Amino acid sequence: MSRIGKIARRTFLIGSAAIAGGVAFGVYKYNEDPENPLTSEGDKAVLNPFVFVDENGITLITPKAEMGQGVHTTWAALIAEELDVELSQINVLHGPPAVAYYNSALMGLALPFLDYEVGKFQDNLRGYVGEAGKLLGIQLTGGSTSMKDGFERMRLVGASTRETFKLAAANRWGLDRADLSTSAGMVSSSDGRTATYVELAAEAAALKPPKVDLRSPNEWRLLGQSQPRVDMLAKVTGTAEFGADIRVPGMKFATVRMNPKRSSMLRFDASETEKMAGVERIVDLGDGIAVIASNTWLAMQAADAIEITWQDANYVETTEGFFDQLAQGFDGEVNATPREEGDVEQGFAGTEVYAEYKMPFLAHSTMEPMNATALYTAEAMTIWSGSQAPLSARDSAAEAVGLAPESVDLIVPYLGGAFGRRGETDFSDLAARVAKAMPGVPIKTTWSREEDMRHDTYRPPAIARFKGVVTEGEAVMLDGQIISQSVLDLDGANRENVTGSFDQPYGIPNYRIRGYLAELGVPTGFWRSVGASINGFVFDSFIDEMAHAAGRDPLEFRLELVRREHAPSATVLETLKNMTNWTGQTPDGIGRGVAFTYSFGTPVAEAIEVQDTGNGIKIAKCWIAADPGFALDPSIVEAQLFGGAIYGLSAAIMGEITFADGEVEQYNFPDYDALRMHTAPEFDVRILENNKFIGGIGEPGTPPAAPALANALFDLTGIRARELPLIKTFDLIT
Amino acid sequence: MQPLSTHIIRAFPDVLIDPIASFNSIKIKLKKEGSVSFKLTVNGVSHTVDLPAEVPLLWVLRDEIGMTGTKFGCGVAACGACTVHIDGEAVRSCQVQVADVWGDVTTIEGLGQPDTLSILQNAWLENQVAQCGYCQSGQIMQAAKLLADNSNPTDEDIDDAMQGNLCRCGTYPRIRAAIHDAAKSMGA
Repeated sequence: MSRIGKIARRTFLIGSAAIAGGVAFGVYKYNEDPENPLTSEGDKAVLNPFVFVDENGITLITPKAEMGQGVHTTWAALIAEELDVELSQINVLHGPPAVAYYNSALMGLALPFLDYEVGKFQDNLRGYVGEAGKLLGIQLTGGSTSMKDGFERMRLVGASTRETFKLAAANRWGLDRADLSTSAGMVSSSDGRTATYVELAAEAAALKPPKVDLRSPNEWRLLGQSQPRVDMLAKVTGTAEFGADIRVPGMKFATVRMNPKRSSMLRFDASETEKMAGVERIVDLGDGIAVIASNTWLAMQAADAIEITWQDANYVETTEGFFDQLAQGFDGEVNATPREEGDVEQGFAGTEVYAEYKMPFLAHSTMEPMNATALYTAEAMTIWSGSQAPLSARDSAAEAVGLAPESVDLIVPYLGGAFGRRGETDFSDLAARVAKAMPGVPIKTTWSREEDMRHDTYRPPAIARFKGVVTEGEAVMLDGQIISQSVLDLDGANRENVTGSFDQPYGIPNYRIRGYLAELGVPTGFWRSVGASINGFVFDSFIDEMAHAAGRDPLEFRLELVRREHAPSATVLETLKNMTNWTGQTPDGIGRGVAFTYSFGTPVAEAIEVQDTGNGIKIAKCWIAADPGFALDPSIVEAQLFGGAIYGLSAAIMGEITFADGEVEQYNFPDYDALRMHTAPEFDVRILENNKFIGGIGEPGTPPAAPALANALFDLTGIRARELPLIKTFDLIT
Repeated sequence: MQPLSTHIIRAFPDVLIDPIASFNSIKIKLKKEGSVSFKLTVNGVSHTVDLPAEVPLLWVLRDEIGMTGTKFGCGVAACGACTVHIDGEAVRSCQVQVADVWGDVTTIEGLGQPDTLSILQNAWLENQVAQCGYCQSGQIMQAAKLLADNSNPTDEDIDDAMQGNLCRCGTYPRIRAAIHDAAKSMGA
């Protein structure tokens, strides 16, 4: 059993925090007294260990999935900061699924700005986050919430653990705890005595953790400084273990073929396939088939050779059909009007602006195709799954094979990209169902890239219709309508599909956003920055259109409106202006665009410069200014910002999933490509810390990328792009 | 969208398979119907596998030998995640059948281990390149071939050599910086 498995078994099944020579530390809840995290109290007795110390050393247990965003490093740094250990002294493990590892930020319980003066749009953000929490399952890595979730809780864990070790040493030496000091995982006294945390573990286990105060940011030694990522060495040597890399003795390799029309299976003929090399078993899953073989490639070859007759799709069969459905949906009822200021209907003198925008379905296309490994027996199951939501993945996989959730262990390896896709449970469920066909045999089920591309939970398509009026250079009215399929399964009004438009810090006196929902029947899901990825493009593009209609410089126009509402956002725009030496003028053959989106608590402004090379348009440069409040690890924050922008640019330029005959027409990267080394721009990133609250960072870099590019292309060509992807309108180099 | 052929050409800059040479370099003996015994040298270690001749090297490494540092991304030579070296040439191991492996194979595990990092891997570490990390084995193997051919690559050389390697996290700026740093360290 893995080390985390042993720890989990001891801590959760034995139910005690003090384990032969070791001790676990944690907290119950952000908003409860952390004084005694180890005491059982009825339903709240679940211990959620974040620090585990035994004879083998110090282990930090994080419930957060490492999918590239650096969360293992920064959560470790949050604990290590107060614990007085170095990052190099500790081992970081992903914890097991547990209710105790709830995401406090998603649950809306611990957004730090609750205690502060909350502006309108922040209030809206809080409401959205709370709604999302109801649906997502509570242990989730997503929504750019990890730092909001861990910022105080993890430091409290570190501090209370440190003070417990000091108390143990004080008792041992007959000294006062206040006279002891800690550093590098060791307690020292002024008379020269020392003891390591590991040596003190057994004694500390018997103690009640003292109440502690957190250190102020100006005392931090790790936080605020770029740290070497704890996963980097493994990732440059090929030794990092992703879901796809799980090796279990005696394992077999499988692949699946499910209906590309996303409905059921009528029949299949595998008569030729059973004889193929390496094939061990053809599994009739009812709604698809699996081939279990001695080698993944042989399984994929065999799966391709099976003749399958699929049931038709339960939705309209073409891309055009979906967009017709969306357009018709504007005639239906409004689902939500989350912002309504002034009176947009009063009638205005001035220049009217109107635009309709169209955004396609998008795939996530993580580098690591969907996969999971499962070992099923009649009584229990172990499943290895790179899941963003391990608790729901475990429960769902258990249900899929008819086991109780507590009979299923779920282990989370590294995630080879996620972007929201790995918050779904389908790939874990399928691996469990395949494994059930051969009890006692561990089976890794790997999807082909084609299966992954054609069975995604896509970002939903959307249409937006925006009206505005500018009078004497001023924006006096903005009235937006947006329709899409919601990615939340909520009854009643929800704001998710208008996020990124209603919650922008723009002081426009008459400002209304209305959301409409359409039921398209195609599986859709969370895609990096979710609603803001769609509406960031719509809202900011429209602001740019209004600026031009007003005859104003687009950056100054934004700055004036944002300054009325939120000072840190205005500073972000001012910083971008300085970084780019913005003049509003560009030479022939060069275009520049600016965009701004406030999402996940972080204002981000981006500017893009495009060049007409005579042989296609090149994206030359991208500037980013962002304010996450606290940049806990500047190197990771920078990487998330430019990485998020590249993800957004890839989709804006060439991302499009289309349907014909009820099936997705894209199969692999040649049909659904992304930016590459030669097409990615040069970046200049500036990180500010004026915001009062800690914001997210994994997603906010994405929304402004598409509008910054579209606005730059307008500057270059005079053509306004209102439909994505941009390759349909512009000769961009790919 | 892009036609498939252009991607395969540019994603596959280093592979020229000579079928006769590869046949002569491998001792083939028929085993059972459909399977053949192949001897491969990977990172200096000899392995014998019994497989159908068409199985790609990628899946021999991952599922038969158990070396998982080399990744499956697309299966059509469009992403570069499976890049390894055969006799010093960077190849997409998803496109090289086991019967066509014409020389010694080097994978990311052979380039350097955690306690014996190559200069290139160290540059990756120093520049904190990886995010999810899944494509990085392939990126590093491709960059190693670039630096073997060109000790001081320009940005344009890097664009040309690396454009077949996809990264969905968007680590390109740091990959570029790491290659420049490694070139400097190697020249020093």
